[in-house]
Amino acid sequence: MKIEHLTKSFEDNVVLDDVSFTVHKGEVIVVVGPSGCGKSTMLRCINALEPIQGGKITIDGDEILYGSKNLSSLRQKIGMVFQSYDLFPHLSVLDNILLAPLKVQKRKKDEVIKEATELLERVGLGDKAKSYPRQLSGGQKQRVAIVRALCMHPEMMLFDEVTAALDPEMVREVLDVILGLAKGGMTMIIVTHEMQFARAVADRVLFLENGNIIEDADPDTFFENPKTERAKQFLNIFNFERSKEK
Amino acid sequence: MNWDFIWKYLPLYEKAALLTVKIGWAGIALAIIIGILCAIVLYFRIAVLRRIVSVYIEISRNTPLLIQLFFIYYALPKIGVPVSPEACGVAGLAFLGGSYMAEAFRSGLEAIEPIQMESALSLGLEKSQALRYVIMPQAVSVSVPAFVANVIFLLKETSVFSAISLMDLMFTAKDLIGLYYKTTESLLMLVVFYLIILLPVSILGSILERRLRHAGFGS
Amino acid sequence: MPDLGLDVLFKGKNMLRLLGGLWVAVKISLISVAISIPLGILLGIIMTSKNPIIKAVTRVYLEFIRIMPQLVLLFIVFFGSTSALGINISGELASVIVFTVWGTAEMGDLVRGALISIPKHQYESSAALALTPAKTYIYVIIPQTVRRLIPLSINLITRMIKTTSLILMIGVVEVLKVAQQIIEANRMSSPNAAFGVYLTVLLLYFIICWPISMLAKRLEKKWG
Repeated sequence: MKIEHLTKSFEDNVVLDDVSFTVHKGEVIVVVGPSGCGKSTMLRCINALEPIQGGKITIDGDEILYGSKNLSSLRQKIGMVFQSYDLFPHLSVLDNILLAPLKVQKRKKDEVIKEATELLERVGLGDKAKSYPRQLSGGQKQRVAIVRALCMHPEMMLFDEVTAALDPEMVREVLDVILGLAKGGMTMIIVTHEMQFARAVADRVLFLENGNIIEDADPDTFFENPKTERAKQFLNIFNFERSKEK
Repeated sequence: MNWDFIWKYLPLYEKAALLTVKIGWAGIALAIIIGILCAIVLYFRIAVLRRIVSVYIEISRNTPLLIQLFFIYYALPKIGVPVSPEACGVAGLAFLGGSYMAEAFRSGLEAIEPIQMESALSLGLEKSQALRYVIMPQAVSVSVPAFVANVIFLLKETSVFSAISLMDLMFTAKDLIGLYYKTTESLLMLVVFYLIILLPVSILGSILERRLRHAGFGS
Repeated sequence: MPDLGLDVLFKGKNMLRLLGGLWVAVKISLISVAISIPLGILLGIIMTSKNPIIKAVTRVYLEFIRIMPQLVLLFIVFFGSTSALGINISGELASVIVFTVWGTAEMGDLVRGALISIPKHQYESSAALALTPAKTYIYVIIPQTVRRLIPLSINLITRMIKTTSLILMIGVVEVLKVAQQIIEANRMSSPNAAFGVYLTVLLLYFIICWPISMLAKRLEKKWG
């Protein structure tokens, strides 16, 4: 996937300013940065949930364009998991997972059920297929959301602060699933505030501030020797907050 | 109280009630279709159509059904659109009800978090599929209470149909009062028949509402 | 351009007569609203009572009034008063009675709804600030209730005005009746008068109700 000169603004407010980077197959990219730096917006642009004002996003050479006709087929290549509230509350866990494979990819029902059941087992939710979202904890919901996206056989996954709305004790179970995916070679872009997790999972870290990529480094370099003063400050603030919490 | 009188004219009321129910439900069915279409236009902010729908809703909600019926029944034929009383009843009810149903469904749609649409799209669903499988089922159940209230409101509004010479319950009651001066009996039957038509809807409505509240989607 | 029968409106005092008819309808609804609001507030407060008998009685009153078409209520009062009480009341009086009884029920329900929607912690935190119950009502509860109620009561006015169109059916000479008279009188000279006149009546109602609905909507947004 290639992102070239991506520019996005809401009215006069420039949120993403000429952002470019390339994601290689099997690569795990973690995006960090202060709140409001445009991280989430960037993911939403990649999935064409927002119109963009400039630049080009391509996957396998096909351009992802807001409002274009072939969006559905391109979006099938990209799985996305949101911060919260994205399971369909009127459908059971299984039906949540089945909806897109059946209606969009027109696959056979028993085959998809089999795959969905296996995936649910793998994330430790084998017994929840018949449950409704309201009966699940936040962590369980996010794991279902991940399974739902995986069932479409995406070539890459986008994670938008998937643990930000969770109680602390549930963060781990979700992050473990994502770590598992990384080991399995899934291409991913992850926006997160969990720094330890970022370091563990990332092949590359992007530091975003005011709509610009300020650092693009491997995790060890970024966390040990950030090049810019801003990244240093950001990591410091984080440590301070951490120590205060403890 | 003259029970013989009541017994004798019961069939007249039955026939009238049937007419009310028939035209009522036909009008309400049309109103629901109009309402859903208008709500979708407003929800997706479809250009031009949105303007038309807003104007329609304001006119429909700010004028009485009786006048709407008079206009359809007596005025439209003057510009070459002849309308039978039955068709006028259905059309009038649909014209009035469409805007009320539209408001009910629109607030149902707006109660659904935008992320529901986004996550459906991100799974590769087309907008129309997302609307059909994800947004609509939720919006409809959110709007059930308003929807039931509208159905009761519209069934009540059918009481003005006698003004366009439909032989409904009001027409029958007025006729009997005028002919035989059996006012108490005629009025009693009028009330009883309206209760027979409206009470079940009202009770069903509160059962539905309670059940939905208990099921409470709340993600 | 077909003859739309608009000329009739400008003949003689026809437009004035229509407006006069409209005024009859508006007057009846304004009188009814003016009586309904205080009675409704009273009813609403009574309905929050915990006494089971009061609760049952007010509930039956409310449910009956709300489930019956207003035209049925008009018939009951207009025709029923003659047969049951042996008195003849005018259509205007019957209308005011029915709309007041109906308006009181609707207003009562609104007031009850607004009162019970004030969360308990509002009372508790007022008490914690050492406000007396009377002061709690004056400074905390009533202002919140009123804000909720004003848009809803304004809506009730438009509903009332629209419903007054029904009084034609019990023989009150209001705008629609005047319209019929005008059309009838000009049947020969202007056969298409029905179009122009009924369109005008429709617009007159719209011109009265629409600004009021807009005001209610704006207040609802502002205080919502």
